[in-house]
Amino acid sequence: MRTDRIEVGVKPELTDPAGVSLVSRLRDDLGIHVEAARVFDVYTLRGDFTDEELERARAELFTDPVIQVSAVNCHLATDWDAVVEVGFLPGVTDNVGKSALEGLRDLLRRELPEEARVFKSTLYAFRGIDRDTAERIAEAALANPLIEQWRTLDREALRASGGRPLLALPLVHIPPAAAVETLSLDLDDAALLALSRDRMLALDLREMRAIQAHYAHPETRARRAALGMPADPTDVEIECIAQTWSEHCKHKIFSALIRYTAPDGTTREIDGLFKTYIRGATEAVAPTVDWLVSVFEDNAGIIRFDENHLFALKCETHNSPSALDPYGGAMTGIVGVNRDVLGAGLGFQCIFNTDVFCFASPFYEGELPPRLLHPRRVLRGVHAGVRDGGNQSGIPDINGAIVFHERFLGKPLVFCGTGGLAPVTAAGKPVHEKAARPGDLIVMTGGRIGKDGIHGATFSSEELHEGSPATAVQIGDPITQKKMADFLLEARDLGLYTCITDNGAGGLSSSVGEMARKPGGAVLHLDRAPLKYPGLAPWEIFLSEAQERMTLAVPPEHIDAFLDLARRREVEATVLGEFTDSGLLECYYGGKRVAALDMAFLHDGLPRMELEAQLDPQPPAGSVEVISDDLGADLKKVLGALNVCSKESFVRMYDCEVLAQSVLKQFQGELQDGPGDAAVIRPVPDSWRGLAVACGIAPKYADLDAGSMMACAVDEAVRNLVSVGAGLGQIAGLDNFCWPDPVQSEKTPDGRHKLAQLVIACETLYDLCVAYGIPLISGKDSMKNDYKLGDVKISIPPTVLFTAAAIIEDVRRCVTMDVKRPGDLVFALGETHDEMGGSEYFEIKGLRGGVPPRVRPLGFRRLYEQLNKAIRSGLVASCHDCSDGGLGVALAESAFAGGFGMKLDFTRIPDMPENPATTLFSESQGRFVVTVSADHFPAFKAMMDGLPCVFLGVVTEEPWLDMAFSDDLQVREHIDDLRNAWKNTLNW
Amino acid sequence: MTATVKAIVLTGFGINCNRETLRALRRAGADAREVHLTDLASDPAQLLEAHILAIPGGFSFGDHVASGKILANRLRSVLGEPMREFVRAGKLAIGICNGFQVMVKMGLLPLFEGEFRQEATLAWNDSCRFENRWVTLQVNPETPCVWLRGIDRIDLPVRHGEGKFIPASPDVLERLKRQGQAALRYVRPDGSPAAGTFPWNPNGSADDIAGICDPSGRIFGLMPHPEAHQDPTNHPLWTRWEYLPAEGPGLRLFRNAVEFAREQLC
Repeated sequence: MRTDRIEVGVKPELTDPAGVSLVSRLRDDLGIHVEAARVFDVYTLRGDFTDEELERARAELFTDPVIQVSAVNCHLATDWDAVVEVGFLPGVTDNVGKSALEGLRDLLRRELPEEARVFKSTLYAFRGIDRDTAERIAEAALANPLIEQWRTLDREALRASGGRPLLALPLVHIPPAAAVETLSLDLDDAALLALSRDRMLALDLREMRAIQAHYAHPETRARRAALGMPADPTDVEIECIAQTWSEHCKHKIFSALIRYTAPDGTTREIDGLFKTYIRGATEAVAPTVDWLVSVFEDNAGIIRFDENHLFALKCETHNSPSALDPYGGAMTGIVGVNRDVLGAGLGFQCIFNTDVFCFASPFYEGELPPRLLHPRRVLRGVHAGVRDGGNQSGIPDINGAIVFHERFLGKPLVFCGTGGLAPVTAAGKPVHEKAARPGDLIVMTGGRIGKDGIHGATFSSEELHEGSPATAVQIGDPITQKKMADFLLEARDLGLYTCITDNGAGGLSSSVGEMARKPGGAVLHLDRAPLKYPGLAPWEIFLSEAQERMTLAVPPEHIDAFLDLARRREVEATVLGEFTDSGLLECYYGGKRVAALDMAFLHDGLPRMELEAQLDPQPPAGSVEVISDDLGADLKKVLGALNVCSKESFVRMYDCEVLAQSVLKQFQGELQDGPGDAAVIRPVPDSWRGLAVACGIAPKYADLDAGSMMACAVDEAVRNLVSVGAGLGQIAGLDNFCWPDPVQSEKTPDGRHKLAQLVIACETLYDLCVAYGIPLISGKDSMKNDYKLGDVKISIPPTVLFTAAAIIEDVRRCVTMDVKRPGDLVFALGETHDEMGGSEYFEIKGLRGGVPPRVRPLGFRRLYEQLNKAIRSGLVASCHDCSDGGLGVALAESAFAGGFGMKLDFTRIPDMPENPATTLFSESQGRFVVTVSADHFPAFKAMMDGLPCVFLGVVTEEPWLDMAFSDDLQVREHIDDLRNAWKNTLNW
Repeated sequence: MTATVKAIVLTGFGINCNRETLRALRRAGADAREVHLTDLASDPAQLLEAHILAIPGGFSFGDHVASGKILANRLRSVLGEPMREFVRAGKLAIGICNGFQVMVKMGLLPLFEGEFRQEATLAWNDSCRFENRWVTLQVNPETPCVWLRGIDRIDLPVRHGEGKFIPASPDVLERLKRQGQAALRYVRPDGSPAAGTFPWNPNGSADDIAGICDPSGRIFGLMPHPEAHQDPTNHPLWTRWEYLPAEGPGLRLFRNAVEFAREQLC
């Protein structure tokens, strides 16, 4: 079979934007000066193509005749000083190569041999650097050794290579898979643990012993003997149990029995954090709302949107894969959470994405511990992965945040959320109900199975260490998934299946295992699963987390229609077996039964974890002396702080308009550059009913008080929603906990402390949800966010992302944060306390300690209700939530977004903190900046009666933010300077 | 009884603005439906029965190789002749964003001589980035474009990485200008020429060209998204307005086409 190479580049006389952009990235990120760069696309074709066909492919498929030049088996970059070619390693998803092969088929109008392939690689050509510098660039910016291979050549070497491929063909060669093994469990404790470690099972001793006991039990033995199964477990069985019992799937820590010693010394038992506080909160709130439909049961939480539609919400993290391969990991995160929504109920259409990232500073200059990527590279890669995943799927990205803290160096956090919409019924059946029945066929649709993502579930249940597997990295394929999603929604509306779930962590073992619970069993033929390449062992087929796959239960009478529609939509769909009521999860390979797992043991046999929690003694929080001699300069510094500054250059690269439903966007105001508080969309055409979506996240307070971290996250999300016009009683919440390992052990000597922080956060979450009337409808936890290699251990600050969505009755009543007209009156709502701990102001001043903000929900609640009434009555011209950076930031943002100034008198604030810096920068919760036209002043004032609402001054035509703190302390800043300070830090 | 105007909205393979394009055509009065490319290819008669074809925006085949390229090749390969017939019959077509890229790359635009020939391209934005932002557009008063009748200036969102319009030669550009086929241009918010300046011209398009039509004005392609401004609340500044209009100006394009089809083609 011949191999040929087609190189394509921009015509020499034209500018190559990719080259120009690379030059500036190398300068900014690595400080390397390159005179010029060009980027060439390389397609390596393997197949039985004739010379004429290759020429046609070059001219009609790969080359744009208007702007490009190209060549077959000939290098275009031979007069450049050095080149780097980067391509994938064998087995890594190559989306471009796959599409190119389809393009070839269309063009040549003939069937291509099964082994025909197109491999995409990229050739970077540089001028003004030598080979060694090019090699340094390749390692630091162009290639990731986990997924990519590369080769660096100087001019002479390239010329000498004669136009032939520069990289090894990334063909997968796997020795034929070993037969199914049986594993003896007749082992002592040390050997059990060694088995868990060597096979990457991530199970502890108690869990290994439970499996040992199950297989040693006379009943199990008798049953297995009757089935003709060996007494010892097969590798398929052990791997399936391990992944089903992984922290990732079973949430062992949130289910554990915890003995908690509170700061006051009292000790009590907590019967599962999830049950007590998460589900507990929802149960407490549920009687007060009438729109809950399905919570904690499905892939996503489901609520009623209107008479005819349901809304589903889910948010996931994809932290460990994103640490290893930021682009692929994050893309897999976003398309993965899309599948959760696609697989909720009988299937929801994804209508928006949200994304929140946590990184260390992109300006980090310290040593990088081994295996960690520079935060700047992680940021760029994660952002690009989420961008491509969302944009190519046609799902608008409507809300998000980028948060910075030094300890996210150890592990970045990548939260990907998705909302979905579905009609109340599909083909006459309630869309939120699903159940496979015995006799229904097990059908897998979408992508094929490869070695990618094997052990992903167990991998994410461990800290990042030297042996972290590269196979845990996957790259999403949004187009395969988009085709599948379109197809499945069609099939849903035709009533062709009874149950659907996605293949995420654990692959088929998890999706089939879960779906088999209701019918009570399943028979699965692993050898019928379509593979990307031969050589996978049966257990690998069962566990692979290869992306873009859904598992469905299709009644036999619908299977022909289902498969026919799949064929017409060019979606691969394969019958793998059927659901049964045998009580067993059975797998066959080559006609031989290779697993017969007792369903009851698989799902309920996991021994419960028992843990201890107690906070380490903490020094009492005290006030910190603050000296500020230039409040205006400080305000600009705070505006430019990483956690405050504009993220516009990143957000602009997300499509937020597709589906044409946007009402309030991320950027608002005269120049569309002010930070909106919450997104608002109108998901149902021809109805003014809307959805507001917001998030809150506050890891910076966690070290001072995990309760404050939690409370501020919830309150921020709620304030964001209230700011745009949402009301309490209409808000649904979703929690994503990301914690450092909280299990006391040799490698985690402070586990008790971290677990106590978790307890406190959960208690706080419960209290706030109950006080605000917010049911939690779904959530997720990721509990091993640590980096450990040798003596270096980095644990992330305990972090909770609180995502909230609210139904808005009429989106035309929504308000934005930009001030609207000169002459409008400016109010500060809420009370300012000396709560500078963890603040952005302390950050820029290098101060530690202090008191973090406290949320006082009972008082806040009334303010939120009255403010909502004022907004719905049309009294409010603009409203902006006060969060990171405090009142000063909220005022500045409101002013410059509107294009006007403000003249403000802070002496009007009763009990103003003595220090004006505290007034301006304290991050007290429960506050807003609101503007009201003079006409509406009396009605607004009346509505705020008895609430903390201070008239601060007026919006002015003159573009200056003018703030008086006393007779002799005035601060005056031009809004353009404030805007620039806010925009410059991350203006990439 | 008014005649029924039939419209087809193409779907599949990563097209993703089909729903809102469908809605716009329906609101404009067309009997519009979504048709998957494979179904259209297996029954091309549907195309010839329709009066309007919309190729919506999206990421067909992931924009891999080059945006719109693989879909353009497939259309030419499986629907080449029916498409030619559709054009010869004087039917209407619109390509939005990825649909425009497809039209240009398969040579359906600018269609100087009635033959499919690639005369221009949509290349990577000068910024080399996908950009989502609102732009102001000016309609060329000389254009024969049916879709733009009665529109002077309009605000629409752009959402693309490859939207830089480049004609194959100065002659092509000259001809587009002379024949009024350079139908839509990026301008500053006050209506003065963007003159290639970012962000008003968001991608560096030659002569600020945002959309072109064929010589008859019936086939039209543009990078901005008129279907995404069919409601006034889509506009980024609506909360700063005193009054909210009943509908978004993007709908006007679809109303123009349906009206024209009803008068001339039914």
